[in-house]
Amino acid sequence: MEVPPTLALASVSKSFGAVRALHEVSLQLFAGEAHALAGENGAGKSTLVKILAGVHRPDGGQIVLDGEPVRWNGPADAQRAGVAVIYQEPTLFPDLSVAENIFMGRRPRLRFGRIDRRTTNAEAAKLFTRLGVTLDPGQPARGLSIADQQLVEIAKALSGDARVLIMDEPTAALSGNEVARLFSVVTALREHGCAVLFISHRLDEIFTLCQRVTILRDGAWVASEPAAALTPEDLVRRMVGRDLSTLYPRRETVPGEVALTVERLTREGVFTDVSFQVRRGEIVALAGLVGAGRTEVARAIFGIDRWDAGTVRVDGRRLPPASPSAAMAAGLALVPEDRRQQGLVMEMSIERNIGLTGLAALRRGPVISRTAERDRARDWAIRLQLKFARLTDAVNVLSGGNQQKVVLAKWLATEPAVLIVDEPTRGIDVGTKAEVHRLLSELAGRGIAILMISSDLPEVLGMADRVLVMHEGRLAAEIPREAATEESVMSAATGRTAA
Amino acid sequence: MTALAAGGRSARDLAGLVFRARELSLVAALAALVLVTTVVNPNFLSGQGVEDIFLNTSILALLAVGQTMVVITRNIDLSVGSVVGLVAFATGKFLAADPDGRGIVTALVFGVAIGAACGLLNGLLVSFCRVPALVVTLGTLYVIQGVDHYVAHGQQINAVDLPPALLHLGNEGVLGVPFLPMITVAVMLAVGYYLRSYPSGREFYAIGSSPDAARLAGIPVRRRILFAYLFSGALAGLAGVLWLARFGTVIAGTARGYELLVVSAVVVGGVAIVGGVGTVYGAALGALLLTTIGSALVVLKVSSFWQQAITGALLLLAITVDRLLALRVARLLRRRNARHGG
Amino acid sequence: MAADLPRTVSRFLRWDVLITALLVAVFLGGAATSPDFTGAGNLSFALGDLGEIALIALAMTLLVVAAEVDLSVASVLGMSSALLGALWDAGWAIETIIPLVVAVGAVCGLVNGLLVTRLGLPSLAVTIGTLALYRGLAYVILGDRAVAEFPQQYVSLAVDTVPGTPIPYPVAIFVVLAVITGVVLHATGLGRALFAIGAQRDAAFFAGIRVNRIKLVLFVVAGTVAAFAGVVYTLRYGSARADNGLGIELAVIAAVLLGGVDFDGGKGTLAGVVAGVLLIGIVRNLLMLGDVATEIQSIVTGLLLIISVLTPRLMAVVRERRRPPRLEGTAP
Repeated sequence: MEVPPTLALASVSKSFGAVRALHEVSLQLFAGEAHALAGENGAGKSTLVKILAGVHRPDGGQIVLDGEPVRWNGPADAQRAGVAVIYQEPTLFPDLSVAENIFMGRRPRLRFGRIDRRTTNAEAAKLFTRLGVTLDPGQPARGLSIADQQLVEIAKALSGDARVLIMDEPTAALSGNEVARLFSVVTALREHGCAVLFISHRLDEIFTLCQRVTILRDGAWVASEPAAALTPEDLVRRMVGRDLSTLYPRRETVPGEVALTVERLTREGVFTDVSFQVRRGEIVALAGLVGAGRTEVARAIFGIDRWDAGTVRVDGRRLPPASPSAAMAAGLALVPEDRRQQGLVMEMSIERNIGLTGLAALRRGPVISRTAERDRARDWAIRLQLKFARLTDAVNVLSGGNQQKVVLAKWLATEPAVLIVDEPTRGIDVGTKAEVHRLLSELAGRGIAILMISSDLPEVLGMADRVLVMHEGRLAAEIPREAATEESVMSAATGRTAA
Repeated sequence: MTALAAGGRSARDLAGLVFRARELSLVAALAALVLVTTVVNPNFLSGQGVEDIFLNTSILALLAVGQTMVVITRNIDLSVGSVVGLVAFATGKFLAADPDGRGIVTALVFGVAIGAACGLLNGLLVSFCRVPALVVTLGTLYVIQGVDHYVAHGQQINAVDLPPALLHLGNEGVLGVPFLPMITVAVMLAVGYYLRSYPSGREFYAIGSSPDAARLAGIPVRRRILFAYLFSGALAGLAGVLWLARFGTVIAGTARGYELLVVSAVVVGGVAIVGGVGTVYGAALGALLLTTIGSALVVLKVSSFWQQAITGALLLLAITVDRLLALRVARLLRRRNARHGG
Repeated sequence: MAADLPRTVSRFLRWDVLITALLVAVFLGGAATSPDFTGAGNLSFALGDLGEIALIALAMTLLVVAAEVDLSVASVLGMSSALLGALWDAGWAIETIIPLVVAVGAVCGLVNGLLVTRLGLPSLAVTIGTLALYRGLAYVILGDRAVAEFPQQYVSLAVDTVPGTPIPYPVAIFVVLAVITGVVLHATGLGRALFAIGAQRDAAFFAGIRVNRIKLVLFVVAGTVAAFAGVVYTLRYGSARADNGLGIELAVIAAVLLGGVDFDGGKGTLAGVVAGVLLIGIVRNLLMLGDVATEIQSIVTGLLLIISVLTPRLMAVVRERRRPPRLEGTAP
């Protein structure tokens, strides 16, 4: 061994509660090399990133910096070692200016340790020029669009002269131009001896940028290979652990009557003029880049956010705006994107979570019948093959996949006519993922109208009868199953085809 | 891209406008108040009247400066009123024991040390034990108040027991400018400059703006919060000594309920109760407005019983207006953010 | 079996069980050291003295479980006392005054609730504001006067005990309300909704629970109860003053948190709160019997408040430290 890797993990393990996020994973990041981390949602990529960033401490194994084992007690230690991270979710300070966000912790200073505002702003402007974007460094971060927030995050990571640059899906919200700029900057950094770790769902980006690929599956290391030795098909097969075609249940659809009608729905600055229908027995996917407005449309339909114009009808009945309880009464159900915050009350028991959507139905006189509550929960737990010890256990001891089943149970128990699922398989293991897909097919087969939001292209292509693609708050395309390919969906999502 | 930049720039203007709007409206309210009161009773603007207002504002503003540090980090310190009471009495007792030997400097060190100790206790509980700030400081409010009564034991400190130099500090000045406002302005400027211009100062705002992001950015969150409480406590100690210097006569329970005025001044002065926003200058302006209202009530012969109700109403008005403005700005930004058709 | 052991142990270590044990210990200790303590007269007095705090603690429990707080309750109490005094002084009939005063309390709660739910303001900030506002209005209404000489039969109602028992009427009302509150909190859909709102507001909202409406109702209830407590307080002392009940929000919050309700919402039992209320009452009474100065009482209450929030956090930290090795053993 001549030069040790700049940063490495040596058989690192990490668990959260009963959930094993990483199991004896090793990874080596070399100076001047861009390394891709590939794996499905829930494979443990984000946990790995947070360990490298000093946010989580590994339960077992070591972090090795320049050949020496190190122990980081927090993000500050990792930063001092030259690790810069772009997280999946932007981590900006809304009340501070863009330039202050970029230089928080390491800004240009004058004598006596004062901040030099003018230099700070000029430095930030220089970074933006390098990235080819026009942002005002003095503007507060509050109210930036997701893409702009991501650009600020990138500028922040570039500002510190990082020795290791870690990027967790930095391109999810960016347009083609912005991605190209980012790549040229990252390539230049790499050539100057920076070690890069890159995570993306877009396989073409991995092959464009990276020299080496490490694959994770279910929290375990699968392989580390030179990128040149892999084809995209190999990569997917090893990420998933089986051939893709077996993952999605095929079914013949006989679409019934229209169950959900959305007409010219608009929430100013978020989405505009969105119109579509979903029929009974149909699975309609809503695809698009992060920040294109998909989740926001779903939230508005279900009454979480108020819409400014347009109508929503369920079985012909018009919904009042901003009332989830009215939406539920009309037969709508929403399995939200953020399971831990929106889907479940984490410290409540399985049975109470499932009962939460039916408090009126569980009433006997003024009080809740515990028997009815338990029966409802047990019934659905069995139907969804939920793995649990006791129905009175808090849901936070369950694995991600089983938690998602509880969310589904909670909503299926309301016997909805229309089921909206937002990223239904994010962060769950491959086995459960297939179960969820089978379940969705079954539900559609039983005549439920399903609207599925997903960032997972194979999932969209494998499940949907029709694909609606959103681009910057508008419906950009409607693609029937036969015409839906990775290319057709992505080009509509990035705005390369006219609406 | 140029359209985008223009959008960004006006977003900045918008935010700036909201901020200036607060300080301007405070100044306007102050001006209107002074004008109306002077018209009704011209004595209001007499030299003595103005001096009284500034003397009375000084202590409140000093506490508001400390409270601003705490509130900016998304916390609160309700114990400051009790600390002022305890320090005022304890320092008085300390000085009265040996009025000739113990001077101003000893008194200041003694008072600030007690205040800092109280602040340290609050800070440790909030930052390291992660106990909700409201509950902790409500608890220490009563504990410290109890200690105050225990120390006082029904006695009273009188001006004659105190070194004349201290009373001189509290009521005199140089060239017609009293010492108290000078001290407050000096502290305010120093803290304001620190918070605006030093990296660690900006970190207080960062913590209040997004605690999670602050942790990810490697900011020593707990240490900063601990420092905010320590500082707020120390300033409350200083304020206690100045209270003693100004009034000379102190009993147990002095400054009881004063924390309400302090929090009101801070919030009326534009410091967001959810952290991340606000300046010590605004908070001091808030203190000046509240004190002026109190004086105006006396001059206008309105029952002074109205003061507390007005304080509460102003606090509610301030947070309501802030919230409505924030909602409005958010809506405008949302519309502007639509990259297309914008 | 091995995995069940800590579960069984932790059930015994539940906060409300601990606090009840502590309550019994303090009671027995009090009985052993102070001969006056267990006298029927004293117990009845101690209970009566606790009445207002106990009543308000019930409403406060519901609020804190839903992750809100109302700091203005003591001010509403003072304002209702002042209003009662002023109207009585003006010659109104007490039968008109009492419902009116309670209704004004409901309006006070409504104002809190609207500011919190309609504008999305933090309840802490709102109720600090109304704490000052309502107390200020109390002074505006009555100044520093005291109004006394209320009709004897009403004073009796506030002071006398239910015939044949040492239980004062206000405490009897508390018992009835406590049972109702317990059923609402632990057995009804509303109770389930409160826990869900407090533990994870978004998840509750996404489940179709009308979060804002429920919170609004809770604030109105708190205002109403506080005003009613103001009536009881005034009649019990036979004196209406603007500063009545100054600072009792501390004792109320201390009782609720001592009872094991999590200040961050989503956790707690009514039984625990009742134990917490009684504990506060007994401690205050013992301090009084021991001729301890009132200032020490405020130190003790403040300390109890701090301990009640500090202990669970410290216990959680200890549990977290112990967790990793245990979980590796039980992971599937």
